[in-house]
Amino acid sequence: MAGTVALSVAATSITRTRATTEPALVRWTLIGVVLVFLGLFLAVPLAAVFSEALGKGVAAYFAAFREPDALAAIRLTLLTAAIAVPVNLLFGVAAAWAIAKFEFVGKNLLITLIDLPFSVSPVVSGLIYVLLFGLQGWLGPWLAEHDIKIIFAVPGIVLATIFVTFPFVARELIPLMQAQGTEEEEAARVLGAGGWQTFWRITLPNIKWGLLYGVILCNARAMGEFGAVSVVSGHVRGLTNTVPLHVEILYNEYNSTAAFAVASLLAMLALVTLAAKSIVEWKSQRQMAAGKRTAAEGKVR
Amino acid sequence: MALSLKQRSVLPGFGLTMGFTLLYLSLIVLIPLSATFLKTAAMSWSQFWNTVTEPRALASYRLSFGASLIGAAINMVFGMLAAWVLVRYSFPGKRVVDAMVDLPFALPTAVAGITLTAVFARNGWIGSYLEPRGIKVAFTPLGVVVALTFIGLPFVVRTVQPVLQDLDAEIEEAAASLGASRWQTVTRVILPALLPALLTGFALAFARAVGEYGSVIFISGNMPMRTEITPLLIVTKLEQYDYAAATAIGVVMLVMSFALLFIINLLQWWSRRRYA
Amino acid sequence: MPLKRLICFLTIGALIAGPAFPALAKEITLLNVSYDPTRELYQEFNAAFAKHWLAKTGEKVTIRQSHGGSSKQARAVIDGLEADVVTLALAYDIDAIAEKAKLIPRNWQARLPHSSAPYTSTIAFLVRKGNPKGIKDWDDLVKPGVSVITPNPKTSGSARWNYLGAWGYALLKSGRDEAKARGFVTQLYKNVPVLDSGARGATTTFVERGIGDVLINWENEILLGGKELGNDKFAIVVPPTSILAEPTVSLVDKVVDKRGTRAVAQAYLKYLYSPEGQEIAAKHYYRPVDRKTAAKYAAQFPKVKLFTLGEIVGDWQKINKVHFADGGMFDQIYQPGR
Repeated sequence: MAGTVALSVAATSITRTRATTEPALVRWTLIGVVLVFLGLFLAVPLAAVFSEALGKGVAAYFAAFREPDALAAIRLTLLTAAIAVPVNLLFGVAAAWAIAKFEFVGKNLLITLIDLPFSVSPVVSGLIYVLLFGLQGWLGPWLAEHDIKIIFAVPGIVLATIFVTFPFVARELIPLMQAQGTEEEEAARVLGAGGWQTFWRITLPNIKWGLLYGVILCNARAMGEFGAVSVVSGHVRGLTNTVPLHVEILYNEYNSTAAFAVASLLAMLALVTLAAKSIVEWKSQRQMAAGKRTAAEGKVR
Repeated sequence: MALSLKQRSVLPGFGLTMGFTLLYLSLIVLIPLSATFLKTAAMSWSQFWNTVTEPRALASYRLSFGASLIGAAINMVFGMLAAWVLVRYSFPGKRVVDAMVDLPFALPTAVAGITLTAVFARNGWIGSYLEPRGIKVAFTPLGVVVALTFIGLPFVVRTVQPVLQDLDAEIEEAAASLGASRWQTVTRVILPALLPALLTGFALAFARAVGEYGSVIFISGNMPMRTEITPLLIVTKLEQYDYAAATAIGVVMLVMSFALLFIINLLQWWSRRRYA
Repeated sequence: MPLKRLICFLTIGALIAGPAFPALAKEITLLNVSYDPTRELYQEFNAAFAKHWLAKTGEKVTIRQSHGGSSKQARAVIDGLEADVVTLALAYDIDAIAEKAKLIPRNWQARLPHSSAPYTSTIAFLVRKGNPKGIKDWDDLVKPGVSVITPNPKTSGSARWNYLGAWGYALLKSGRDEAKARGFVTQLYKNVPVLDSGARGATTTFVERGIGDVLINWENEILLGGKELGNDKFAIVVPPTSILAEPTVSLVDKVVDKRGTRAVAQAYLKYLYSPEGQEIAAKHYYRPVDRKTAAKYAAQFPKVKLFTLGEIVGDWQKINKVHFADGGMFDQIYQPGR
């Protein structure tokens, strides 16, 4: 751990001079305030999850993952996220491009419509698919006739997950791309770069942090979503249970140790965040170093 | 329509990205959501009005929207600070703290609710310190605020973070060299630049909190008129097989959140124009 | 650009994963859609039935289980969850399936013995070790200073039985004076500090949060929970009179006819009434309806004078309308100014 910390110290303190940072006292006060707040709201609940999960020892903790139903739930959750995240990523980039790079009437309305899935209660977001595809719903009778299963099967779970994670990438990118403006892209265009080229070479490197956070949030929520999925899943053991639903089942079975053990698995997604950030940081540093080298050597530009 | 109302630009891809955005938005969000409106339309106007204005419903709106606003405001302040500290300063364990921020999303809401209740109940780690001092969290409206703050926490941090990372140090240096104090630089230069992202984070945290169900029902105690949130009311309607009444309340929530989000987005747009 | 590669990879991944929905192998499967506290019961019963069916017909049958709140489960079946059989907490929920989706004939309850209730239970109390508040009967729950934990009847099936137990007790005791019964339940719910959304949540509130002096719950949950939660901290109190709670079962006709599973589904439900089925039910602390099995397990179940729903309020439609519907008796307890 000491190594990575030292690295990040080196990485961030390069450009800061006295004029652009605060006195040490202010700095440490702010750090203290943030740590207390995050400690209260993040570390303590996290510790509580793990203390409950490990309450009956390490053996009981790992036994919770060996159960076939648990494995089936993990598989289903991974599958759901593997579909929902890329689809929403694609949408998010397209929407952010249209909204941030162009001026048009009704933009605020469109942004608010994109936000909408957040404000829909998970209870209702499951319900809307029931109203659409349920046996008593609009398309239900037709689907039943053709033996197509959407709700109480995997497609319904995926749809509900896409719905609840719909805005993440878009909302993460829109303010970022708006703050960045369009000058760089316009310059690239004027210099003769194609549309795709501009996007890949100029825009994407600029928005990588927003994109990463968007994907991380979207993925975390896709894997952790309970309410909406619970409505459309049907809770069939080993078949349509996702990890959060499996956690609920275990808890209802008075098996809290296993319930919290499986839940702690989701908490460990934080490790994924850690890894993803480190990779992006490392890559961009390498690129920057390489860029500096070439610039110094041949003055390409 | 949008095409003809758009200003000219040298950048390509507006038609493609806008078309895809609208199509996807309609398929995934608008058409399914319209189902709730149509279901509600099965009720007569007076039925609808009685359902959505009964005293219990009104009390629940107050709690849901009030607690969500408070939670989002707490998140705006502390989320902003957290993003600032995580981007600008370095301290031991920073990466771990940074990675933990997403926890509230990854943790299934029910687990979050059970855990927060365990921590804040009178025999919990934190509750056992607070209750003797007369501060009751679990099973009170304060508990609802705690749960809603928890679930909305990542939004502000994660929307402010990339903008802050992107902010040029040069502007700050320029401000400093022109004689601005650090405080002036922060309030006059940095904050305005962060304001749109901050407002976005606030809007998202708020929107998410209003609809939250899973984590709140464990910590709120669900007492009618006092700690009953609106989504719980929707569930009670569903339990009675009353889909129309359930969607009616859902529609009211939807319209209210939509209006609030729209106002926040307008504010954001306005702030951007002002400081641009 | 590495990000480009990553995005391409993710997109391709999604395209591959998309059509790969788990395909079902060809074998007989039944789906039993049930309510929450029956998990252990059906786990054992399903294994026993599969063995029985294999021995009898040579066919292999796999029974899948779905558990959740009783009316949430009924809603799932109404909206298209293809349950071959439903085993729910309230007959009202199966009525709803018959009524709203017409998947079951109206007279379903007459098709199996004992009004389609193969096992019964009652409502009992869990108190803290040594019973410090001296709780013996329903009357003790309305005393001032007694804190009662019971879930919200609006969202929990078992909580409706709790409520009806209290209502029925007061009604019968007062010689069918509805005003008195109403006063009684009002007083009782004034003593409830937390209305959890389900029975499990209420148990957690009582056991782990240390809130309340008494928890009202299914007898089978309390007897089972007593074992798992540790008898050293809690004591079980079964009141002298309580309500006969009848969880009911039914075939879902439209589904079994579509899937061609009528015979095996029927046999499945019948097996619940067989000595083996009754034995398994009793082992999981459900009161068996079969006299012989009941006699065998008599020591396990405290003697209680049980009254039925019919005696106190009538059928579920009426119960729901009077007590649990919006503006009903339960809502009135919480109306301001009362």
